[in-house]
Amino acid sequence: MSGLPPYAGLGERIWYYTFRVICGLIFLFLITPILIVMPLSFNVEPYFSFTPGMLSLNPEAFSTRWYLDILQNGMANPDATEGWWADAWANSQWVRSMKNSFYIGTLSTLISTALGTLAAVGLSRSEMPFKNGIMALLISPMIVPLVITAAGAFYAFSQFNLAYTYTGLILAHAVLGIPFVIITVTATLVGFDQSLVRAAQSMGANPVTTFFKVQMPLILPGVISGALFAFITSFDEVVVVIQMAAAEQRTIPRQMFSGIREQISPTILAVATVLVIISVALLATLELLRRRSERLRGLSAS
Amino acid sequence: MSDTAPSPVLAADGTPLKARLARAMFRRKLDAFLLVSPLLIFLAVFFISPIGWFLAKGFHDDLFATEMPNTTAALADWDGSTEPTEAQYAALVQDLVETRKKKTIGKVATRVNRELSGARSLFTSSARRAARLEAPFKDSLVAVKKKWADIEVWQAMKAASRTFTVGYYANALDRKQLADGSIVMQPEQRRIHVKLFLRTLEISLQVTVYCLLLGYPIAYLLATLPNRTSNLLMILVLLPFWTSILVRTTAWIAMLQSQGVLNDLFVFFGVAADEARFSMIYNKLGTLIAMTHILLPFMVLPLYSVMKGIPPSYVRAAKSLGATNWTAFWRVYAPQTVPGIGAGAILVFIVAIGYYITPALVGGQDGQMISNFIDFHMRRSLNWNLAAALGTVLLGVVLILYWVYDRIVGIDNMKLG
Repeated sequence: MSGLPPYAGLGERIWYYTFRVICGLIFLFLITPILIVMPLSFNVEPYFSFTPGMLSLNPEAFSTRWYLDILQNGMANPDATEGWWADAWANSQWVRSMKNSFYIGTLSTLISTALGTLAAVGLSRSEMPFKNGIMALLISPMIVPLVITAAGAFYAFSQFNLAYTYTGLILAHAVLGIPFVIITVTATLVGFDQSLVRAAQSMGANPVTTFFKVQMPLILPGVISGALFAFITSFDEVVVVIQMAAAEQRTIPRQMFSGIREQISPTILAVATVLVIISVALLATLELLRRRSERLRGLSAS
Repeated sequence: MSDTAPSPVLAADGTPLKARLARAMFRRKLDAFLLVSPLLIFLAVFFISPIGWFLAKGFHDDLFATEMPNTTAALADWDGSTEPTEAQYAALVQDLVETRKKKTIGKVATRVNRELSGARSLFTSSARRAARLEAPFKDSLVAVKKKWADIEVWQAMKAASRTFTVGYYANALDRKQLADGSIVMQPEQRRIHVKLFLRTLEISLQVTVYCLLLGYPIAYLLATLPNRTSNLLMILVLLPFWTSILVRTTAWIAMLQSQGVLNDLFVFFGVAADEARFSMIYNKLGTLIAMTHILLPFMVLPLYSVMKGIPPSYVRAAKSLGATNWTAFWRVYAPQTVPGIGAGAILVFIVAIGYYITPALVGGQDGQMISNFIDFHMRRSLNWNLAAALGTVLLGVVLILYWVYDRIVGIDNMKLG
């Protein structure tokens, strides 16, 4: 189906299709790098490029060895038949980084979501003083160059023995997640009808009940999106981890960073593929949430 | 009309209503503020004060003054040009003995070495023998190392002894402070920082322009297509946005390296000879391509949300009045997208200017940015003071841009996804 009106002239037609081709190329630029890592991660050879065998779709040119390597890399005894899974769980570098990433990500998300939601509720009140200044301050962790945030955190935290600890990393990541919670929850609250709060209060609900029974269920999609943003920020963060993490606190991005620098192997591509799948899952969750909240607010017809 | 003065309206308990209202409003303000305060305190403790504390190191350095108290005192009144006195040499020997005992001589030597290269070995080797030296200290110290008679060494110590110093800022801007306090340019071959700042600005600016050139057409397409199609295409923008930066950087290494996918294609199609493959990565070009890819969604999303809000009837009206397609676009549509261009461009520029990961991985020598240098001084050369001074300059630029962004776009208009 063409969007051209039937009376369009030749020049218009040419431009119409040229424009679409240009846009197609830009979309290709956006998506190719992400798609390319997937087939490459099944390369049987330790290269970052397609072998002739792969191009002729020879099954022998493909293997899952790099995915296996994620589980075996750094294991104490990768050939052990007994307790293999136990060994991978405890000793594989990538599995350990995965555990660290989830642990640090989850706790920092809890902190930034709790504090951020509370602050967003306060900010959305019309009588909030110094609104713009405070908003600018709360968003600033997203704006300040990460190297400076990381250096500051490392310098100050090391004075209190918080550098090279999980606590330090969780706190620093919580700081970085806050802007995302603030932005998303504030955006949800823009459409929030304050008279619902007044109605609840006039019927005798105290502020805490009002918050959890009336306000929270309605802004929950926004809070969850904010939390997902905060989680992915921590999950993807590497600059702070480079500065502040000891070897045992390595996260996936940190492990990838040194992998890319030191011994470049397709294991990195396998990990990348796993991460892409995780981000697709998160993106789908967010999209569902967005649709749900639009439906609830009556913004969409369906 | 009665001739008595109008009495204030009273609330039920007899206080003036105005006062009651003011009090109630104050309470509500306080309530709102109390909700925000936990986060404010959290950020103050774990974000703002750490950064402030760290940046203060850019002008505060008390290492020499604490470790070498006698020398610092002896140098306090020295004018920086007359011959050092015996008392100054005596103080120096005393400090050298002390720092050697406390094992802090290494730090002191490193500190002075920043002012005068070659000073490190002079300090450490002399300190080893300082305990056995006897008066007159001037002669015995010069006998150990001839260099101690050199006034340069004393000037370097004088510079290092200042607790509050502009020396690091001077260095961050390719200048240096002399013993008499005046500031001059560094010698030609040591002027690296200004060049680096300019390169950082240049790369950020280029990335912003490329993002605008690539982002504008697709934002326009997304905003004008029917919702169902545009939501589908939007995934192509959001998926990269949500994918880890390291994944994307890795992918670009796979694409661009000399044995990579693109070069293989070029060789296959005969664009390049097999032995003369293009070097598209580990240089500035690699940084530019990867950063443009990573920051493109930051441009598309604000542009899209602005374009979505432009009623299509405006362009139709222009055309019905006789405008050509080009005039209708350029005179009617484009001016309305300027807020989106501003929002996207400043956002991309702000994020680009502080970039670290991508240049570190694919930048090679000439694709490095100022953040890489700050990191180098933090973790490798351990010159935290210089890192702090460079960081302050960078942060200053970013904060100015942030302020501009707030003025033009408004921080509460920032949207994600």
